[in-house]
Amino acid sequence: MPIPQKVQNCGPILTLYMNILVCISSVPDTTSKISFSDNDTKFVSTGITYIIGPYDDYALARAVELKEAAGSGTIVVFHVGEADSEPVIRKALAIGADEAVRVNSPAKDGFFVAKQIASYAVGKNFDLILMGRESIDYNSGIVHALVGEYLGIPSLSPIMKLDLDGNTATMEREIEGGKETVKASLPLVLGCQEPIAEWKIPSMRGIMGARTKVFQVLEPVAADSGFAFEKFELPAPRTSCKMVGADNVGELVNLLKSEAKVI
Amino acid sequence: MSVLVFLEITDNQIKKSSLEALVYAGKISAGGSVLGLVAGNPSNLSDAGKYGAATILQISDGRFTSPDAQGFAEALAAGAKENSCSVVILAKSALSDSVTPKLAFMLGGTAATNVVSLPDTSKGFEVKRSIFTGKAFEWINITSSNKVLSIKKNAVELVESPAAGEVKAFSPTLSSKAFALQTLSTEKATGEVLLSDAEIVVSGGRGLKGPENWGLITNLASVLGAATGCSKPVSDLHWRPHHEHVGQTGIKVSPNLYIAIGISGAIQHVAGISSSKVIVAINKDPEAPIFKAATYGIVGDAFEVVPKLTEALKAAL
Repeated sequence: MPIPQKVQNCGPILTLYMNILVCISSVPDTTSKISFSDNDTKFVSTGITYIIGPYDDYALARAVELKEAAGSGTIVVFHVGEADSEPVIRKALAIGADEAVRVNSPAKDGFFVAKQIASYAVGKNFDLILMGRESIDYNSGIVHALVGEYLGIPSLSPIMKLDLDGNTATMEREIEGGKETVKASLPLVLGCQEPIAEWKIPSMRGIMGARTKVFQVLEPVAADSGFAFEKFELPAPRTSCKMVGADNVGELVNLLKSEAKVI
Repeated sequence: MSVLVFLEITDNQIKKSSLEALVYAGKISAGGSVLGLVAGNPSNLSDAGKYGAATILQISDGRFTSPDAQGFAEALAAGAKENSCSVVILAKSALSDSVTPKLAFMLGGTAATNVVSLPDTSKGFEVKRSIFTGKAFEWINITSSNKVLSIKKNAVELVESPAAGEVKAFSPTLSSKAFALQTLSTEKATGEVLLSDAEIVVSGGRGLKGPENWGLITNLASVLGAATGCSKPVSDLHWRPHHEHVGQTGIKVSPNLYIAIGISGAIQHVAGISSSKVIVAINKDPEAPIFKAATYGIVGDAFEVVPKLTEALKAAL
């Protein structure tokens, strides 16, 4: 892959040009009650408020900060979804993305989405491809790694801190029972999570500006995921809570031992 | 068919959740053999045979002490190919989350993550996945011949099913992309039970009023051999580290027993704990939504109830 022309000499000040792709999902907000129809084959979206995936929102916020710090650059926000997800994409533009791309198809699964991202990004020399560690609807958490594999560039997740120094990224990522600080060269595909940045609220100026930004709609490329969706299922309702008196903790111990058999 | 299982090590022990993955593999191998892949020399290596590994591929390359997903994925891909394993099982963890998709790509197969039970093989290979962060499930039918499954804690019961457990040295050829990452520093708690591997989790919320009171949680956890967790506000306030945050945007847990102390039970927290077998709630507010999710509840002041409970458990266990 050719090394992108990153450093532009602008008089006495060296300005970095950041080219960032931020992939966002459109998901039911975290307080949503989930229900299904048509014999548990369709998600009921009536009354559901859709938001930018919370993890993706962190990735977007960090992208905006990195572009500001670099002094110049382009943030392209990328989404796979139908026309009804445009308000969510407009919000990303209002927060600070410069251009938007929507692939006109339901986000069928992680393999499908990763294929769309990779097929768009190939040859475009993005320094960073950022997204959340997972979407909070299907929770697959596989898209960032697959995009990395499809494009042949390193992928890392979950990233909690990201700083750039020229072509080098220093990152903090969560590991089992802790975290580690790692260093790698761009380009990178990163799955992000808090506290990489604070969520940003769009300003009125941002909202107005978002209306006129470049918004491209593409048709999907084919992808074989190797599986087919069958049906949804809701968890069995919990039996009602058995209350124990605050001065009778011994009874709780007995219940955990003899009734629930978990200790 | 032959099934390969990733045996992940923490604190020089094969994780319990990886042993569950061996049991899971034994149930789906249908007479084929179960292989385990381990990097290092854990003190409980013989457990792999006890829980069903006929063969253990042991890597002694020291680089594998670093949690490099690329390195582990390449090793597992080589192990699966050389031994004609069409299915690879991994227990969900921070490391396997990144290994799973890479491995599926390398094997030219597919991946299913957050699998919660054994597959239904009566009409193909149907697996049940947890979605909407524990608020629902989906069934998918895997048609790809190479399958990588990442299973959640308690997807199967940990029961002994002894096999040969023959250890074979394994030196996979790795690409230059493996272990290419430069690690500057690592902060890792040792000797702690990991959330992803815990049978019992004790979690605290804002009801504990401050980080200085966390002894209540850690004392109870140590009596139970439990991992400690916390709610989102607690990790946002930096009372506890982020890797302890349990909930929709944190770690999703599925232990046998989850004890929520001073946690009101916002829908986002409940989503992260909903696949726990038994939930105990201790909260002074009788109207707290956590009681709707709980199996057992105590309305009371955590500062009075928890020390009493810790003592009672100490006496009983």
